[in-house]
Amino acid sequence: MTPQRSIQLRVNGRTYERTVEVRLTLADFVREELHLTGTHVGCEHGICGACTILFNGEAVRSCLLLAVQADGADLMTVEGLAQGEALHPLQQAFHEHHALQCGFCTPGFLMTACAFLQETSNPTEAQVREAISGNICRCTGYAPIVQAILLASRGG
Amino acid sequence: MKPAPFEYVAPMEIAEALDVLARHGDAAKILAGGQSLMPLMNMRLARPRVLVDINRLAELAYISLGTDGALAVGALTRQRAVERASLVRTHNPLLASVMPYLGHVQIRNRGTIGGSVVHADPAAELPALCVALEAAFVLRSAARQRTVKAADFFLTYLTTAIEPDEMLVGIRFPAWNPQWRWGFQEVCRRQGDFALVGAVALLQMDEDAICQAARLAMFGVGGAPVRPQRAEELLSGQRLDGRVLDQVANAVAAELEPDADMHASAEYRQEVGGVVARRALEAALGQARGRGDR
Amino acid sequence: MDQTYIGAPIRRREDLRLLTGRATFTDDIKLPQMLHAAILRSPHAHARITAIDAAQAQAIPGVVAVFTFRDIAALAKPIPVRLYPLPGLEHFLQYPLAQDRVRYVGEAVAVIVAESRYVAEDAMDAMDVTYEPLPAITDVGEALHNQIVIHDEPGTNLAARYTLALGDSEGVFRTAPYTRKATFKVHRHTGNPLETRGLVASYDAGRGEYTVWGPTKVPHFNRAILASFLDISESKIHFIDTDVGGGFGIRGEFYPEDFLIPFAAMTLGRPVKWIEDRLEHLKSANHSRDVLCEVEIAAQRDGTLLGMRAQVYGDMGAYIRTHGGLVPSSTAALLTGPYRIPAYQCTVSCVMTNKMGLGTFRAPGRYESCFIRERLLDMVAADLQIDPVELRFKNFIQPSEMPYTVGQTRPNTPPTVFDSGNYPSALQHALDQIDYASLKPWQGRYQDGKYHGIGLGCFVKNTGQGPFEAARVVVSGVEKIAVYLGITSLGQGHETTMAQICADSLEVPLESFTIFHGSTDLMPFGVGTFGSRGTVMAGNAVHLACQKVRDKALAIAGRYLECDATQLVFRRGQIYRQGAEEQALLGLDDLVRLAGPASPYHLEEPGLEATAYFNSNQLTYSYGAHVAHVAVDPETGQLEVLRYVVVEDIGRCINPLLVHGQAIGAAVQGIGATILEELVYDDHGQLLSGTLLDYALPTSMDVPAIDSIILEEAPSPLNPLGVKGAGEGGIAATGAALANAVSHALAPLGIQVTELPLSPDRIRRWIRERARQSQ
Repeated sequence: MTPQRSIQLRVNGRTYERTVEVRLTLADFVREELHLTGTHVGCEHGICGACTILFNGEAVRSCLLLAVQADGADLMTVEGLAQGEALHPLQQAFHEHHALQCGFCTPGFLMTACAFLQETSNPTEAQVREAISGNICRCTGYAPIVQAILLASRGG
Repeated sequence: MKPAPFEYVAPMEIAEALDVLARHGDAAKILAGGQSLMPLMNMRLARPRVLVDINRLAELAYISLGTDGALAVGALTRQRAVERASLVRTHNPLLASVMPYLGHVQIRNRGTIGGSVVHADPAAELPALCVALEAAFVLRSAARQRTVKAADFFLTYLTTAIEPDEMLVGIRFPAWNPQWRWGFQEVCRRQGDFALVGAVALLQMDEDAICQAARLAMFGVGGAPVRPQRAEELLSGQRLDGRVLDQVANAVAAELEPDADMHASAEYRQEVGGVVARRALEAALGQARGRGDR
Repeated sequence: MDQTYIGAPIRRREDLRLLTGRATFTDDIKLPQMLHAAILRSPHAHARITAIDAAQAQAIPGVVAVFTFRDIAALAKPIPVRLYPLPGLEHFLQYPLAQDRVRYVGEAVAVIVAESRYVAEDAMDAMDVTYEPLPAITDVGEALHNQIVIHDEPGTNLAARYTLALGDSEGVFRTAPYTRKATFKVHRHTGNPLETRGLVASYDAGRGEYTVWGPTKVPHFNRAILASFLDISESKIHFIDTDVGGGFGIRGEFYPEDFLIPFAAMTLGRPVKWIEDRLEHLKSANHSRDVLCEVEIAAQRDGTLLGMRAQVYGDMGAYIRTHGGLVPSSTAALLTGPYRIPAYQCTVSCVMTNKMGLGTFRAPGRYESCFIRERLLDMVAADLQIDPVELRFKNFIQPSEMPYTVGQTRPNTPPTVFDSGNYPSALQHALDQIDYASLKPWQGRYQDGKYHGIGLGCFVKNTGQGPFEAARVVVSGVEKIAVYLGITSLGQGHETTMAQICADSLEVPLESFTIFHGSTDLMPFGVGTFGSRGTVMAGNAVHLACQKVRDKALAIAGRYLECDATQLVFRRGQIYRQGAEEQALLGLDDLVRLAGPASPYHLEEPGLEATAYFNSNQLTYSYGAHVAHVAVDPETGQLEVLRYVVVEDIGRCINPLLVHGQAIGAAVQGIGATILEELVYDDHGQLLSGTLLDYALPTSMDVPAIDSIILEEAPSPLNPLGVKGAGEGGIAATGAALANAVSHALAPLGIQVTELPLSPDRIRRWIRERARQSQ
């Protein structure tokens, strides 16, 4: 059995305590240990952004973090966006604008957009395009995602 | 793509980290931002026996201004923090302006300035920037501390002067010369990618539009950043008109010995090296005319 | 019939689970006792395997089993061809594991099963395989010399060859006043869905039954193959549909793992999960597009096209995949496009090399043939000094000629017949949208350090491939209607479009329907989701099934009300007497009760439900045009796409929101593929573009906003809904339009594009070489 460590962290407002192998990636931890499978794994080398979550409020690639590095951290995944049955404005806007097709990249985009809008309240289209340039989508061609984020930024 | 097994250490003190390096040398690898190391570990191209997670060493994340005007940046400072720091914007506007070109925001949130420097990908922006700015790197081991100049630090692909028992703790950028005008040009496949070829230019012009001092640093042109000497010599003391810039571009191209890879031939990097050098110089000149507006 | 849903931009019902992280993709499936597999793959392009020593691997705690060919030998068969089985290809098929020879980097050599993927990868490190490397062939021309032969038994690398001939090309080329020759190369690239391949297989030893999650696209066909491998009845295999992270043609064809993982589950008596990683995907999931074409065209001096003859070579890789000769065959089949070219001859060759096998990627053969033909037409236009737009209008097949028989463009297939179309109109729409008239002066103009160019490409796209699809509609009450499809969804939105068709057919609210798709248990027969056939085939099947339900409802009502069914109408989900439509007599709840097996009024088959098959042996053809405006930096070779217009006529549009989504998404894929992407092998057969750092997929910064126009000017006469398929038109002419735009931009420098991708390195090389030539 490879070395293990105990970690304690908050995810979507809930506290968890787990013992994990030190080499377990944060993406795998969230998916396998916490059963939050909304965060997806697309490349495991930090390019596609499907695994994006918020780590202490910042958008990060969870495939490039180890679970043990999240000890004491405050995480948010896509499962933390909606409030019960009430969708987050970003989720609502994505639905409105058909900003998802297969949906595999969607959680990553939502988390990136969530962090972006927390920082930038009235973005231009160019700023939105740049903000999402670290997330890959194969289905939509990006335009509806940009429109959805702009819609959400206007409080729509 | 899961990492091979390793021992994990997360020191709370620098001395502890250095002690691990002293004991394990090559078998230990430092984990800072992880944006370069984790992909390699996930692909099992890097298999350290001991992973030293230095993210708890808060004292290595800082940006401060010395009394001499030098900007000191801790190795563990996140790239995003450097990007957003007003201290950097004021006291090293070139550094501030290049930061957004590094990868994407998710990478800069975790990636550190020190990590990019030590990883030493010759197609990355920061190493070339450090060479252009004549930065100095503070290296520490359990036994000693030393400072290595950027010009002596980058040896070849992914290889620096750092010893196995050493850690980069800080980067020192000499005081910014307010008369510097700068230019930055890179050719990438996509924004945020490593460059096919790129150039950083610094110019100091006098009131008669004669070049007093010039620095050029090229990246993506071989194993390490290159400061094309002949080209820099051609700039000095000259009025930088189109003819001179063309000469400089040709001199840059002639001095480069780039490698070929699947993205670009050596000839491409040579030719376009000259082009980006000239464009970086033109951008710097444009600033000079605009009296320093970015 | 009131039309309320078809044609409306209905938001998708699938979205909720996808937006909230509650979808179920294959890797989200977790079963008790589940094990994890990893595939050991060849690091050599061509080698003999002389020994495999698994002892150290098996000694690692947590490793449960290692399988090699020896373990599967009793069951192993070559993976058969599903489409376009040209004679000869059967000698080049792949067994699920390498036996004593590997023929491409990434070929599966062993399966390792462990308690976790992490441990399985540790075991892979500990596997000791002894290889004797052999020289590798990576070039089609070299392969044809047969000095190194990849498959000993057939003794040649030419796996298949045939010639199609329409009209009298020999006569045409002998007498034509103008001819032009050129050679074109389309680069190897592929679709890269964001979700990699994956399977979870579970074996119930008590019943001898398999359940597998992950198969998609052609589940019924794959089930039949798996059943034949395992030597059991198909009814003992259950494929369960999951949410799927895109396919684009790549996912879902029977791969070695589709046998290996169920085999492992059966052998070990525990469920086995295998999730492909991205590096594996790049080297061992289908590649595509890799064709070379030597082509000649003949015309009158006024630009009237007379004939075309061509040689198409497909670089098939080391094994023929389930698509048989599709990629080069489809390149040849529609090479003449939407134009009247009376004489056409083409020889198609399938050539083997030490690379991953070739399969379909969105608009297979059409992206390729559009690039070839549209570039050639621009060359003709330049030679004859005719405007490239005028040349198209002069040669389009006209609406008055529809249906237009092109002829037999593939062996053993019915002749190609374009069902309907107004090709000039589609091009005109595209030109109007981009305001071509005011852009024309920009052709070849040098401004602010860049050369500008506008390029176009016109396409026809076969859609709606038969032979059939099935659907079953089961009414259980008001707002309780289940629809079962034989096709799967890979992200297209079938749950919404099919519901729209049903809602209009039965005149009940959209929310009444729940759409079930993909699992082989739902429908006994199905063909699959590919080639833009979902809406045409399954859409018409659900429409027909709903029509049958309507007829049943009327028949049952007639029995109950003791009148002739013709005196009743079924409107808005209720039964009325003809002419007395203020008074509903029966609702769906009543009808369901009356249709039940215990009711005296039920028909021969009880239940208010119907199964329908829509059969078709004719293809529908969507069509359209792309126009691109680009600016090229001649010093760096960088290309900026300033504007991109896609026009596609799909006959009838069920959901414009989804169709535009497909068109724009496809265009971005095509633009990315044309400018950024390439699967590059070195001379030793090593895949250099092995990660997403090197295989550059387009991001939001790399593509402009796409102008997408959907036309419904030429519905298809071939099906009740009048639909043609959508989904591939947006990619079909991207290579063509961009290459033509770049050729116009760099015409002042004497550049004529004949190969892809349009990378900075290539563009600079063309400029540099041309400059040297003119010195």
